[in-house]
Amino acid sequence: MSDTLLSVHGLTRHFDVSKPWLNRVIERDDRQFLTASDDVSFDIRKGETFALVGESGSGKSTIAKMIVGLLEPSAGEIRFDGKVMDFASGAAMRALRRRFQMIFQDPFASLNPRWRVGDIIAEPIRTFGLMRGAEIGREVGRLLDVVGLSAADAAKFPHEFSGGQRQRIAIARALSSRPEFIVCDEPTSALDVSVQAQILNLMRDLQDEFGLTYLLISHDLSVVRHMSNRIGVLYLGRLVEVADAKRLFTDPQHPYTRMLLDAVPDLALSGRRRTPVTGEVPNPINPPPGCAFHPRCPHVMPECRQIQPQSIPTATGTAACHLLGQGAPRAQQG
Amino acid sequence: MTDFTPENRPNVFFRAWDSDIAYSFRRSPLAIIAALVSLIIIFAAIFAPWLAPYDPFNPASLNLMDGFTPPMEPNAFTGNVYWLGTDDQGRDVFSTILYGARISLFVGFMAVLFAMVLGITLGLIAGYRGGWVDSVLMRVADVQLTFPSILLALLIFGVARGFIPPAYREAMAIWVLIVAIGLSDWVQYARVVRGATMVEKNKEYVQAARVIGAHPTKILVRHILPNVMGPVLVIATIGLALAIIAEATLSFLGVGVPPTQPSLGTLIRIGQGFLFSGEWWILLFPALTLLALALSVNLLGDWLRDALNPRLR
Amino acid sequence: MPTPLLSVRDLVVEFPTRRGTLRALDHVSFDIAEGEVLGMVGESGAGKSLTGAAIIGLLEAPGRIAGGEVWLKGERIDNLSPEKMRRVRGRRIGMVFQDPLTSLNPLYTVAEQLIETIRTHLDLSEKDARKRAVGLLDRVGIPAAARRIDDYPHHFSGGMRQRVVIALALAAEPELVIADEPTTALDVSVQAQIIDVLKEACIERGASVMLITHDMGVIAETADRVAVLYAGRMAEIGPVRDVIQAAEHPYTSGLMGAIPTLTQTADRLTQIPGSMPRLNAIPQGCAFNPRCKHVFDRCRRDRPELIARGGGRHVACWLFDGAMEKADV
Repeated sequence: MSDTLLSVHGLTRHFDVSKPWLNRVIERDDRQFLTASDDVSFDIRKGETFALVGESGSGKSTIAKMIVGLLEPSAGEIRFDGKVMDFASGAAMRALRRRFQMIFQDPFASLNPRWRVGDIIAEPIRTFGLMRGAEIGREVGRLLDVVGLSAADAAKFPHEFSGGQRQRIAIARALSSRPEFIVCDEPTSALDVSVQAQILNLMRDLQDEFGLTYLLISHDLSVVRHMSNRIGVLYLGRLVEVADAKRLFTDPQHPYTRMLLDAVPDLALSGRRRTPVTGEVPNPINPPPGCAFHPRCPHVMPECRQIQPQSIPTATGTAACHLLGQGAPRAQQG
Repeated sequence: MTDFTPENRPNVFFRAWDSDIAYSFRRSPLAIIAALVSLIIIFAAIFAPWLAPYDPFNPASLNLMDGFTPPMEPNAFTGNVYWLGTDDQGRDVFSTILYGARISLFVGFMAVLFAMVLGITLGLIAGYRGGWVDSVLMRVADVQLTFPSILLALLIFGVARGFIPPAYREAMAIWVLIVAIGLSDWVQYARVVRGATMVEKNKEYVQAARVIGAHPTKILVRHILPNVMGPVLVIATIGLALAIIAEATLSFLGVGVPPTQPSLGTLIRIGQGFLFSGEWWILLFPALTLLALALSVNLLGDWLRDALNPRLR
Repeated sequence: MPTPLLSVRDLVVEFPTRRGTLRALDHVSFDIAEGEVLGMVGESGAGKSLTGAAIIGLLEAPGRIAGGEVWLKGERIDNLSPEKMRRVRGRRIGMVFQDPLTSLNPLYTVAEQLIETIRTHLDLSEKDARKRAVGLLDRVGIPAAARRIDDYPHHFSGGMRQRVVIALALAAEPELVIADEPTTALDVSVQAQIIDVLKEACIERGASVMLITHDMGVIAETADRVAVLYAGRMAEIGPVRDVIQAAEHPYTSGLMGAIPTLTQTADRLTQIPGSMPRLNAIPQGCAFNPRCKHVFDRCRRDRPELIARGGGRHVACWLFDGAMEKADV
């Protein structure tokens, strides 16, 4: 399909979390692996915001890091605009790298404290050799203006700015190589709500203005609902449901999605009665067999404990749940 | 390249005076005294040829009759008065101290520089690359730490002398000394830089640079290095005191700089021969200078560590 | 009117620095009634955690209480000796902190820590204390409490650990529990459980709760009243429903509009321009005036006091000054 910008297929990443060799020999332990991302596949269309939500251990950050080349996948393939991303090949990747960028969670860590703001923003321009000389200074000024700061701020150091302003600087930097695709890893979770609104609005405006495509990583369902067109829900490294954003909230298919929705505090004080949420995310080193969610699932069936469910099409997208395979997707509601 | 340094920034002296570190300095009398003592000695050493009343290494200006003049007393034969007295050959002790401090400080600074460059480079590589590179480098460092560094310096010194033709030994001695002290001291820098690098490399600003495909060398030099220099500065200051003492120890043992270019350690070695015959000043004044220099530099290092890392206090 | 359980009057907390004294809390006053849950919200740096720390006498140096009074059941506690204050903490005021990992000592079993706390404050035998400890763990929802009590903290998951911390806070039957961001370090699906446990266990034991959080959603679900702090000053205080659904202070209403919800349909969030001032740059008059869309001359000149609005609501905003309203009519 031509309007797919990023396509992820069978993306898997194991981490070796074994004890050191000597300890393993003495304690007779086996090697241990943590599967942070297990056979994850999804497509992101041009101009849309695709969100990945999940709790700790869901693998959402691991997936983001693999997409931008900060981590190497153990298996699977990432295609950007139809081309396979091969981060090992420096020269071939150079042209591709310019076209995507990343915004990080913590604006206090994502800007080098020893660099002036101007140099931070100009780094991608210089690395990709996009401009030279005084042109760079003008471009940095323009970018600062775009994100709602002033050109004079280029001469300052990051510590002179508040958290929200720093995130604006990080966004200006991400924009400086004129990318088409930006991975936003929890871009507002370190910010206060009033500042979060500013940053979310800014991200929307920039998307409209520059036709950007976003991959939004977040644990906050309200933010995700506000920002995205489509949402993927992750649980213990597996994609349990992908759905159109608005429909995910009105018509969740997977029991885990439903549980997550029920856990969101109700600001409207509507007094909606919620199914109490139970249990916690299990240790990802030894995930439960079959469907990883089965120990917490209110609708658990015998096969859930043995067979890992595959993603199947639903009314709103896809979901991986045995309940849906029975042709009775409504059974879970009540 | 566009420079983002502002044009109308307050002048450099105001900014330095206003910084937190300067504030902490102003409030620490010990640091001020230590800095003053170090600066006086360093200044005197640098300008020794102009400050010293005599040139102790010019045989033409020496008068053996002036030998063993006690401090502040006229010589029995010539009537000359020397502030700190003279040694057996009639050399002015004050002048030899100035020249000696010059050699000691030169060796100290160069040895620290050598250890620093070596340690930082290896520490950055070990910390950033990790894996077997890290393991090999750090095991070498561990092994080296099991030897007392002065023993190691002696060893390096001995081996180096074996390779250098006798004709050059005298001239090369000081450089061999610098390398010997520097080589025995790089481990500290490597360890601290490695630790700090492992922390910094996981920070998001380094990841941001990796996302755009910046070259690892550039990431190490431009991003990580400036952020790990704080602790390095502390070790370098304390390391300077240690290097000066190490040089003095080696020279005292007679393996350091040649007697024609005596350092403070050489002067102490020469002086101790006269201690029991009553000419105490030949030993005492160089020893006091060494003590004052090493102590004040060390105190400065301690203060710097506290000032840069308030949590350690 | 009955004496409130906790009464904070004109609390001022200052931090002396080399560039002058910073006022982190500026004349903050509020009451907590018996059995009440008071939510305290604000952005980072607004002073909400400092308020809690000042009440229990755990301000970190160089911070100090520079004015005001704190009364617990008619007894003044802000000027107690450190020794007496220590007895108030734990016995009369329990505490729950953000990170359950650091609030438990990893070297002792949960039983040891609970029993020690119980016996420090209550005159109970080892056996009775243990029985009580098991009961507490059971109450906060730890399955097989009688067996798990002898485990070390690292054997528990994050959510379970926070339950243990809540049990620890309730161990000596305190009259007040101060919970500082008790759910921030936890997963979304665990947060809701912890909030329920905290609220129910406290209410059941008759303890009032001061819930400090940046999360309006948590407040909405839990608190009876809410106090909104801005730049170390109280902006608004009142019943939760009123404040959340019809905030009066422009800051609070801006804040409410800025929170994305699961039901909203607007494309853009309302945003408050700028950010909260740093403590060394609080503007004259109302601290919020540079960001306020209703700002007028008086806001830039005089600092507004809390103005009673009826129904237990108070707002520190000149828009609601009596004189002003008359002029409007």
